[in-house]
Amino acid sequence: MDFTTFLWTTFAAFVTLATFSFLYKDNPFYKFAEHLVVGVAAGYFVIILWHNGLVPNLFRRLADGDWYLLWLNSTMWWYLIPAILGALMWTRFSKRWSWVSRWPMGLYIGISTGVAIPLEMSNRVSKQLYATMIVNPQNPGIDWANFWGHGGFDLLDVASGFSQVLIFIGAVAALIYFFFSKAHTGIFGKAATFGIWILMIGFGASFGFTVMARISLFINRLQFIDQEWIQHAMNPENMVNGSHWPYQLVFWAMILVVVGYMVFELVQHFSSKGKAAPAE
Amino acid sequence: MKRQVPLVLVLLFGLFMIFQYFVPHESSEWVYEFLLDWIYIIGIFALALGIWSLYVVSVDKVKTRKHDWGYSYVTLAGLFGMILFGFTARHGDEWGWYLIFVACVLLTVIMSVQAMAARINKGLPLGLAGLFLLGAVLIAVFDDTWSFYFYTQEGLQSTMFRAFFDYIMMPILATIFSLLAFFIASAAYRAFRARNLLASLLLIAALIVMMRFFPYFGENVGEFIARVSSWLMNVPNLAAQRAIIIGVGLGIVATALKVILGIERGYMGKG
Repeated sequence: MDFTTFLWTTFAAFVTLATFSFLYKDNPFYKFAEHLVVGVAAGYFVIILWHNGLVPNLFRRLADGDWYLLWLNSTMWWYLIPAILGALMWTRFSKRWSWVSRWPMGLYIGISTGVAIPLEMSNRVSKQLYATMIVNPQNPGIDWANFWGHGGFDLLDVASGFSQVLIFIGAVAALIYFFFSKAHTGIFGKAATFGIWILMIGFGASFGFTVMARISLFINRLQFIDQEWIQHAMNPENMVNGSHWPYQLVFWAMILVVVGYMVFELVQHFSSKGKAAPAE
Repeated sequence: MKRQVPLVLVLLFGLFMIFQYFVPHESSEWVYEFLLDWIYIIGIFALALGIWSLYVVSVDKVKTRKHDWGYSYVTLAGLFGMILFGFTARHGDEWGWYLIFVACVLLTVIMSVQAMAARINKGLPLGLAGLFLLGAVLIAVFDDTWSFYFYTQEGLQSTMFRAFFDYIMMPILATIFSLLAFFIASAAYRAFRARNLLASLLLIAALIVMMRFFPYFGENVGEFIARVSSWLMNVPNLAAQRAIIIGVGLGIVATALKVILGIERGYMGKG
């Protein structure tokens, strides 16, 4: 690893440790990392949307027009309309003219909601209902031949008829639980109770899955600090002008900052404890 | 005019977009694509509102010396630094005066904010801001080791833009997400006590899924837990997720209809 990359990696390790320091308490290093990422992420999306959004969708389409004619002579001049409407959004900056920004907002909301209705009905409602009722399109209906499992009794077989029935009944029961226009009593109430069981198992499984994903990320950050930073700092093959000490210097300077802050916090902690003791 | 026009626009475009979904003709598809391009462009222009808001909030914090106001400079430096790197790129390996140019621009921003925040003696920060701006302009005119690229994507490949993304943005975001492991675990400790049947179901399902990759169970127990975990994810969890997705879909459709029919008008704001 060359020295410039190592310096950047050291900074990445610094912001990683600074972010982890929030586990102890809110502190200046965490605040630095937090404020930095807000600015950098905002700038990043400005650039991405400019280069991947505005340039290909607007500027290139108007490119054959002349700026001194306000691109009105472009062959795709009608793309000036969304640009003007977009610019009208900026009237929000003015108290007097902010109502004008409702026009592009109305257009935006109208198109978005109009697109959403058939797509949501298709993707989230119809296709989910279809998949709940017809699990296997090649062999629609319940797999009675393998109801208790493929090749013998096996309740853990996810493709068995039993699992298919359970998915269907579970989904219907969970929907019944969400239906509040009828009192949850009698058979309806029992179905709702079964629905909440299914929901709780689902929430538990999703929770466990999410925790494992976060822990994987945590392990990844520790691997980064170990493999990308510490090991490169300690590797004697990394050199600047035939010398390894610049790597060591940067590494130990970082360690000094971290340990120095920990000592500072400990001193603060114990001194404030002494002050907080009740004087009798 | 102030409220009726947007309501009419929402109604007309909303109904049109619903209607065109059921018209399998290429002209209908062309209009669909065309209007999607429109809202994409309008949405990008709206991003400027967000960036302006971030700038105003940061400057306001400095002006009123709110708690932790000094960190607003870090936010502004990150924002303007990233924008600058995205629009500039070096021609070769030579750095020239590039980094001094970046420093001059950032110092111009910081001094301008300082001038806005200062109650007296605004002259010094304003003068310094002018000086740094002059320096930045001179470097931009005379230094030919780098250029501005507004129309092509050189900026996206520039060393500094990629370094800011790889070594600042990604590590912090990934670490913030990984921090959630600890907060979820502490929340789970409080929420998951097996006080009744429902809490016990939640706890057992979560534990089984979490133990799926535990390496010290041995082959037989490990395989059994992996199968139970897979069944939990693919049968009861699937049923629950289906019900939730269907509920969410119906909710979105109902809300969208309320917006199109003018019952829900929150998007128009006050005034």
